[in-house]
Amino acid sequence: MSAPLLRLHDVTAGYGPVTVLHGLDLEVAEGEVAVILGANGAGKTTTLRAILGMLDKVKGDISFDGSSINKKATQAIARSGIALVPQGRGTFGDLSVDDNLRLGAIARKDKGIGADLDRWYDMFPRLKERRDQAAGSMSGGEQQMLAIARALMSRPRLLLLDEPSLGLAPLITKDLFERLGEINRTEGLTMLVVEQNASLALAIAQRGYVLETGNIVASGEASALAADEDVRKAYLGF
Amino acid sequence: MELFIDQVLNGINVGVIYASVALALVLIYRTTGLLNFAQGELALFSTFITYWIAVEQDVPIWAALLLSFAVSFIGGALIERILIRPVEGAHSPLNVVIVTLGLFLAVNALAQLIFIKPGQEALRMPGFFPSGDLALGIRNSTAGFAAVLVAECVLLYLLLQKTKLGLSLRGVASNPESSRLVGINTGTMLMVGWALAAGIGAIAGSLAATRGSGFDTSLMQQILVYSFAAAALGGFDSPLGAVVGGLVVGIADSLTIQYVDALDGIELVVPFVLILVVLLVRPNGLFGRTIVERV
Amino acid sequence: MAQPVAAGAETAIGTADPGGSTGIPWLRVVAGVIATVVALWLPFNYNPDTNTLFAQVFYLAIAAMGLNLLTGFNGQVSIGHGAFFGVGAFTSAILVVDHGWMIEATIPIAAILAAALGVVIGFPALRVKGLYLALITLGLAVLFPRVTAKFVEGPGGVPLLQPSRSEVASYFPDVLDDDQYRYFLCLAIMVLLFVAASNLMRSRAGRSMIAVRDQEVAASTVGVNVAGVKVASFALSAAYAGVAGSLSVLVDRVADASNPLIYFQRSIEFLIAVVIGGAATITGPLLGAAFLVFIRKRFEDTEALAPALLGGSLMVVIYVLPDGLVGGYRRIVARLRRRTVATPPGAGGSSGGGPGGGSGGGGTTPPILERSPGDPGGETPAGSPGDAPQRT
Repeated sequence: MSAPLLRLHDVTAGYGPVTVLHGLDLEVAEGEVAVILGANGAGKTTTLRAILGMLDKVKGDISFDGSSINKKATQAIARSGIALVPQGRGTFGDLSVDDNLRLGAIARKDKGIGADLDRWYDMFPRLKERRDQAAGSMSGGEQQMLAIARALMSRPRLLLLDEPSLGLAPLITKDLFERLGEINRTEGLTMLVVEQNASLALAIAQRGYVLETGNIVASGEASALAADEDVRKAYLGF
Repeated sequence: MELFIDQVLNGINVGVIYASVALALVLIYRTTGLLNFAQGELALFSTFITYWIAVEQDVPIWAALLLSFAVSFIGGALIERILIRPVEGAHSPLNVVIVTLGLFLAVNALAQLIFIKPGQEALRMPGFFPSGDLALGIRNSTAGFAAVLVAECVLLYLLLQKTKLGLSLRGVASNPESSRLVGINTGTMLMVGWALAAGIGAIAGSLAATRGSGFDTSLMQQILVYSFAAAALGGFDSPLGAVVGGLVVGIADSLTIQYVDALDGIELVVPFVLILVVLLVRPNGLFGRTIVERV
Repeated sequence: MAQPVAAGAETAIGTADPGGSTGIPWLRVVAGVIATVVALWLPFNYNPDTNTLFAQVFYLAIAAMGLNLLTGFNGQVSIGHGAFFGVGAFTSAILVVDHGWMIEATIPIAAILAAALGVVIGFPALRVKGLYLALITLGLAVLFPRVTAKFVEGPGGVPLLQPSRSEVASYFPDVLDDDQYRYFLCLAIMVLLFVAASNLMRSRAGRSMIAVRDQEVAASTVGVNVAGVKVASFALSAAYAGVAGSLSVLVDRVADASNPLIYFQRSIEFLIAVVIGGAATITGPLLGAAFLVFIRKRFEDTEALAPALLGGSLMVVIYVLPDGLVGGYRRIVARLRRRTVATPPGAGGSSGGGPGGGSGGGGTTPPILERSPGDPGGETPAGSPGDAPQRT
């Protein structure tokens, strides 16, 4: 197996005096979908924020594509090819859908921005209908689509998604994960997904991690993880 | 009726100044979320720079304004980076007030120390427009001021709506964290916001200095209060609101002076009451966006 | 009902000053005695000009303490306190010039009228907070001299009252020289008002003020009347400024509204005194006022140099000494103590208010009751309302 695209080694991080992650190890290989499962407060969101340099104190090593990104600023990490769809979506609420998508591509210098815009509008036709509308006025599901499309506009090498199903109706969630799986298959885009809805997430993932109070307590191939009786009972709840 | 129209035109003349300073206040509020109490004094310093270039260095007045704009632009960026950055994000109104008032005092005093020779009273800024009337009783300066404001607005609109830099600025104003996540260097954008504000202030101050017979270090202090009223009326985050608010405040002030004898000498009651009422009744102003609490 | 928050606030106050009464109370007593002796000796051994400067320090300190009660302890930012000062000054000036009052008798009237204006501004302040409140108070400071100019006409049609020496009459005309009397009256009133402020901040009402500053919502849920506390803080704060304005007529024999920006400049002066001395401390305003008068006097020959320096120091202090001179002093003491005494200070909360209460004679006693904003580190236990950990 080649070197992983993203590698976290012995990462300790938290907020102020509170330590949330205690020596976390995690890898995501190029082209795969990895999923982090775990209960509320286990440190899933903290892991993603640590990767993007959004926390003050991070110990250990985080490397992307073979080089360490610990010390870099968030915007530099984003420019190096990691896009995060944050929890609660983080859209630019008072800007139009079109502006949101163009902001996704703001760091790009190539000429393909217009073509990409058309491409994601085709994939998410609801966004095309509402391209001049303020992002904040759309429904939760539409904003989630927008946040993902915006992340894709940056042509990331690694897409991080934080609880994409949060607040969405079950049917929309199912549709969303099918599209994510499709993007992974057709584009070969590497993804790291944090999700509470374990069965949906494991269905599109190749690798899974189970996080509990800041430590990985189980990991392995997604199918094996889903099949493991102990893990299912203890952590996945299905 | 003619008197009325005269007063409205007079109001537009001064309203352009308020609108410009309010525009500067709004640019800073949108990018950094703070009210810059030193905005007027920064504009004052820029005005002295214009004066110094034009009169002491004998450069044509419009070229002097352009140079002054450039110097102010850089100065604004440096002030943000060096003085304002440490109090941003602290969300302590006291710290913001302290730093901007400290800047207010220091900049005003520096202008006095650097530009005013001992014994000198008021300085005379050369006019930007020939004196006299354009047509229909409209003074050249009023038409010229209005043209400057229109040009400012058009350029600002093009910058914000049609360029990548403008998109980044709007992104940072809307959601700083998401802006970093798409790779925008928010720090640079805050500097650009302050730089633009300082540049617009330079124009406003230089124009204001040509009104009346001369100017001194108190030039911008009353204007600042009116401009805050204009920005409050329009909504602190709305450039369009700043322009409309500035003109409304200017005209209202001019008509008050003419027609409301009871307020003779205390016309400043008008912007004060305006600020009070708007903040109490409609804190977002006429054109401001509703601030939605984010999850 | 207010017990949980109030108790927490008390802890935060008491333990923030480990160098105070827990260690060496005799040092405090000695300092108090020396300060008292010096304060009594000074006016008989300096020239009238110097005594007048000291009197200016005292009345500025009163105004700064007023602003400190509101901005430092209660968290409402005002840059309009010059207006309250002006109300006090014009009240006293009009009463002595037009109505022949004794100057001392005008002081309570000045306090009451300033407090009344404080209430008027306090009500909108319930809805308008932070920078917007600062903006409204800025408007007040700029408006005040203009409104005054409309209703007050001094000699020559100028809104400038300059009572003569005989008009500023006192109940005690012959006990002391003029300058000595001004010195002692200002000193006595300052000590009185500082002790009152110190006691207030240790009382239930004072703890409510701090609770409203730190955790407004939490304070209201445990029964603190937030609106009442805010308006009362405004009124009290304005009254202090009014007293200061009244004393300024005694000291400087002038009430001036001819310069439209004079009371805005006063407002900034008070803010300088509070911030440089140390916000939310008791001795800070006095130190800040002394600093202010010193700089003004030292550079009086060069116009604009003093404001340049004051403006500069206002900015610098935020970065270098965010809790002012008092806070800086306290941190140095705490560091020295930590180096020499290995054991951490013990039950600070209960002993913090002890022996310090009676002193305050010369006004130079070490800090009794202080809590620095923006310095959550060190001695304050986590969980007190001032230092609630940031939510993530």
